[in-house]
Amino acid sequence: MEYILIIISAILVNNIILAQFLGVCPFLGVSNKVSTALGMSGAVTFVIVLATMVTYLLQVYVLKPLEIEYLRTISFILVIAALVQMVEIILKKISPSLYQALGIFLPLITTNCAVLGVAILVVQKDYNLLEGVVFGTATAIGFGLALVILAGIREHMDLVNIPKGMKGVPISLIVAGILALAFMGFTGLV
Amino acid sequence: MNQWKNFTKGFIKENPILVLVLGTCPTLATTSSAINGLAMGLATTFVLVGSNVVVSLVAKMIPDKVRIPSYVVVIASFVTIVDLSMQAYVPAVYATLGIFIPLIVVNCIVLGRAEAFANKNTVLSSLIDGLGMGLGFAMALGILGAIREILGSGAIFGMKVMNSGALVFVLAPGAFIALGYLIALVNKIKK
Repeated sequence: MEYILIIISAILVNNIILAQFLGVCPFLGVSNKVSTALGMSGAVTFVIVLATMVTYLLQVYVLKPLEIEYLRTISFILVIAALVQMVEIILKKISPSLYQALGIFLPLITTNCAVLGVAILVVQKDYNLLEGVVFGTATAIGFGLALVILAGIREHMDLVNIPKGMKGVPISLIVAGILALAFMGFTGLV
Repeated sequence: MNQWKNFTKGFIKENPILVLVLGTCPTLATTSSAINGLAMGLATTFVLVGSNVVVSLVAKMIPDKVRIPSYVVVIASFVTIVDLSMQAYVPAVYATLGIFIPLIVVNCIVLGRAEAFANKNTVLSSLIDGLGMGLGFAMALGILGAIREILGSGAIFGMKVMNSGALVFVLAPGAFIALGYLIALVNKIKK
């Protein structure tokens, strides 16, 4: 039951983009097409789940026993950067087709605040490893959901005549605002 | 004259938020009031100036292949300084900004300036560039925060100017919509 609550809350109620504003840069950057949006969400899910596990272990077995928790930001970001690099190298060797699909998005993920954000949130919320992984997966699904919805809307907007100054980022932000308004309807669900 | 141009380019011409659209996460998340926006902007300015200076000092010593991780370590050190000092001296502000203080480390503006400017320019120009870009960022955050505070709670810097406001502007949807219109306005003015 507890896990179901975490999942619903992370996907719908506290959607990472539309309610918590993490990962807005890729949200605006790669939401031109549904296919790229799907690729990006796949890569983000993969990295968030891995990063949550590794940073959790780092926090519990290294930072806490040594009482160097003030090094959290610096060590987490290094671990995430190294992890992304490693995933890229391994994918290239093991599964070239998956690498082709996700490869171009991987370098972008290091500076995606959703990954570091989830890692820090898991520590702040005092989750255990399983809860952390469930939370990470659900958050990533929420990220993908918002990204794919926006991409779908933007594909349709290409056919519409939009005022010049509003083209591109401004209209995407306003659409995102309306989406956030819709997602507010889920408040109180959990 | 040249340094003056270098300083002021971040205000309007290359404003990190309104023109380059970098660092949107803290922009949206911390601008529920003008004062929060400004606090976030100033914290980022400090990190930006510090990392720009250090990166320009050490850029020649760092091998090209490991430059990004090295810059990230420099940035993360300054973020930790801000994080700990704010926790100690302004706990109230720290509590409202919360997770977005450690997340300055992944703010694209900071790494962007290190990579695009500080590693090929002198220490002085990097310092001025960091200061100008940071203040431009803080200014945009302050403006957006003021707009949302007026529309959302009818106040500015905590002082009441209207009887009531539309709460939605303080919440998430208002952030997206207000920033969208602000960027559209800047686009219109630039043309």
